[in-house]
Amino acid sequence: MSYQAPVRDISFVLNHVVGLADIAKLDGYEDATPEMVEAILDASAQFTGEVLAPLNWVGDQQGSQWSEAGVTTPDGWQEAYQQFIENGWGSLAFSVEYGGQGLPMCVAASVQEMWHSANMSFGLCPLLSQGAVDAIEHHASDELKAMFLPKMVEGVWSGTMNLTEPQAGSDLAAVRTSAEPEGDHFRIKGQKIFITYGDHDLTENIIHLVLARLPDAPEGVKGISLFIVPKFLINEDGSLGERNDVRCVSLEHKMGIHASPTCVMAYGDDAGALGYLVGKPHHGLIYMFTMMNQARHAVGVEGYGIAERAYQQALSFAKDRKQGKTLLGKSDDDHGIVNHPDVRRILMTMRCNIEAMRGLALECAAAFDIAGKHPDENVRVFNQRRGELLTPLVKGWSTEIGLELCSLGVQVHGGMGFIEETGAAQHLRDARIAPIYEGTTAIQANDLIGRKTARDNGQGMQELLTDMRATLTELQQSNNPDMQAVAKRFESAVGAADQSLQWMLGQNDPTLPSASSVEYLMMLGRLSGGWMSARTALVALKMKNEDGADHDYLDARVALARYYADRFLPLVDASNITITEGSESTVSLSVAQL
Amino acid sequence: MKILVGVKRVLDYNVKARVKADKSGIELANVKMAMNPFDEIAVEEALRIKEAGNAEEVIAVSIGPAKSEETIRTALAMGADRGILIQTDELLEPLAVAKLLKHIVEKEQPGLVVLGKQAIDDDCNQTGQMLSALTGMPQATFASKVELDGDSIKVTREVDSGLESIRVKSPAVITADLRLNEPRYAKLPNIMKAKKKPLEVIEVADTGVDVSSGLSVVEVNEPEQRQAGVIVGSVAELVDKLRNEAKVI
Repeated sequence: MSYQAPVRDISFVLNHVVGLADIAKLDGYEDATPEMVEAILDASAQFTGEVLAPLNWVGDQQGSQWSEAGVTTPDGWQEAYQQFIENGWGSLAFSVEYGGQGLPMCVAASVQEMWHSANMSFGLCPLLSQGAVDAIEHHASDELKAMFLPKMVEGVWSGTMNLTEPQAGSDLAAVRTSAEPEGDHFRIKGQKIFITYGDHDLTENIIHLVLARLPDAPEGVKGISLFIVPKFLINEDGSLGERNDVRCVSLEHKMGIHASPTCVMAYGDDAGALGYLVGKPHHGLIYMFTMMNQARHAVGVEGYGIAERAYQQALSFAKDRKQGKTLLGKSDDDHGIVNHPDVRRILMTMRCNIEAMRGLALECAAAFDIAGKHPDENVRVFNQRRGELLTPLVKGWSTEIGLELCSLGVQVHGGMGFIEETGAAQHLRDARIAPIYEGTTAIQANDLIGRKTARDNGQGMQELLTDMRATLTELQQSNNPDMQAVAKRFESAVGAADQSLQWMLGQNDPTLPSASSVEYLMMLGRLSGGWMSARTALVALKMKNEDGADHDYLDARVALARYYADRFLPLVDASNITITEGSESTVSLSVAQL
Repeated sequence: MKILVGVKRVLDYNVKARVKADKSGIELANVKMAMNPFDEIAVEEALRIKEAGNAEEVIAVSIGPAKSEETIRTALAMGADRGILIQTDELLEPLAVAKLLKHIVEKEQPGLVVLGKQAIDDDCNQTGQMLSALTGMPQATFASKVELDGDSIKVTREVDSGLESIRVKSPAVITADLRLNEPRYAKLPNIMKAKKKPLEVIEVADTGVDVSSGLSVVEVNEPEQRQAGVIVGSVAELVDKLRNEAKVI
């Protein structure tokens, strides 16, 4: 059950498809040269393969444990976390001003993929810290930044995000936790649930970001403010002071990610937990939304990261396991089940989708990198819109497909896959949360049809389709028969997506678009994945003419694009039928009839 | 004192080596390369000696193609202070490598040269010993423990009969065995700083060292495939097979 990071696949996309060299030319990203990034990916591959991956199974079996004294993580996790922060991995994408390395998001996402493949439960701790750091850095006062950021960037303190309450899940308007002003700070009282790494023994302090209401707050989402509530108060000299009035009162028993403690947090059982207001009152939800894209993107990366792990395990099993005479085996001792055509189907499905999802996630991250640093405002605006449009696809599509692929990973193992000791089942159980947290697939789809499609009247979508048509022209002009076959499928799929877009824009009643929103999201995800896969193949074909080219590797990129086009692009056409002709039947039964 | 460490760029130990179609050698094009694992141990030991206050500078030296710069950068990211690359596209034999290292030793005058006991690509296990002979420095090979006491160095060696302790005087050549230490991971900030550390590139021709070879490779072949085993039903059957089929008893 080992894991070896696919450094070559990752650098191929970064260098040849999304244009890392151009990003390294942007002011502030000079360090992210292809050679430097290669060295970073190699080091990360070594660390994740040797330190994080071996703790994945023990994490699942032991889980994190609750007691009055606090939550303890599984054996070996404290040491691994210590190494993780000593080696500087937590500070990868944070700004240099607070001790981070200031690397572009596309590089950070590449490294984070490895955390999630190696050990998804572990990767969640730094992931949550990142969200908290971003919130503080963008919205808190300089004084609060100075108090919290350096230690959080270093990883000595971790961060959490406290949004959900029992009655306020996807609907945050119902948040009830209260904040009473008291001098220069506030007293927070209330209960929060589903708080990832709400308590643990990996760091000396935990900094909670908490949504709560001030006494004069208006009803609904416009009355929510954001507070920083540290587990231990901080003395004037920066040392840790007394314990704040916040406790983890229990842990959830979950289907997967057992080692990631999912906490019920009680604020203010006694005098009220001391908290500091971030930014202006009643702006909490807006602040949360500024980092929503980043957090959702990160969960999308988790989606294919876990699938990559499942793929590696399935592939290794398929080569090893012998059952029956295979149709593709060349000799008597060449009958690993990998040589059954149907097992090939599964492995191809896993491989081409993982590469497509990785391509899209890195394309999206690169768009945000350009949006943040490009000197030309038009380029910045265009890329910001592109990044925001792709984010719900990266989150929604990649987590849904990632989950399916983990299920296929179990299937390759046959009966052994259903047995826990094999380890394939853990990936499936772990992957199940990704389409749910950080906004369910339906929430992503809602974001996609609302903010990302209807609000700009389809402008971002049209720009994307225009770029896809440019790729289509390249495919059509290629004299490679595989590329011509891909072109045929891609042309049809782009046309189908355009029709669905027009249908979406043409609806006055939001009911039908809402009924088909997830179909629309999956359709655009599949199409965008096919686009990345086709672009990768086109580059690979060009590279074949270079001296010393690795034809084996490059041909494989072409073959994967071809399979993706044959097998998955037709589903885009099918979705178009479902959306434009089948939306009504989705809601045609009454509740009584269901 | 300066410490010189040799770092060789070899096929990554995770990669299965494949023989080239023309049997002239191992396929190295488009495969993952990395620092020789024994050299990583050598770098780690040098860094520990420096961190204990017994050396001022650690210099990483590699001999090979331009790409070997990456291997030196890895050593710099681990903590070495500067690098020297002696550039050549030829595959050099241990004697040529030892002569080139001698050239650097004469220039840098290190108090200690730490090398891996062997490289995992050719498994020669000769360079350290040859360098010792060429320079007249004492050698302490297969080190599993190194203790410094002024210019006297106590080295515990892993030999067939167990552990042997010897004492050598600096300057000396030490070759690292597997159990000497566990190499550290390169830290992200140090990987980024490594780019700014000095790295000198010297052409083999400019060293004046004769690297011509007396050997030529005739052919490289894959080892024979291992045959599948059989499960025997009883001890009697096993003895019978050992006696009559394998003919070993």
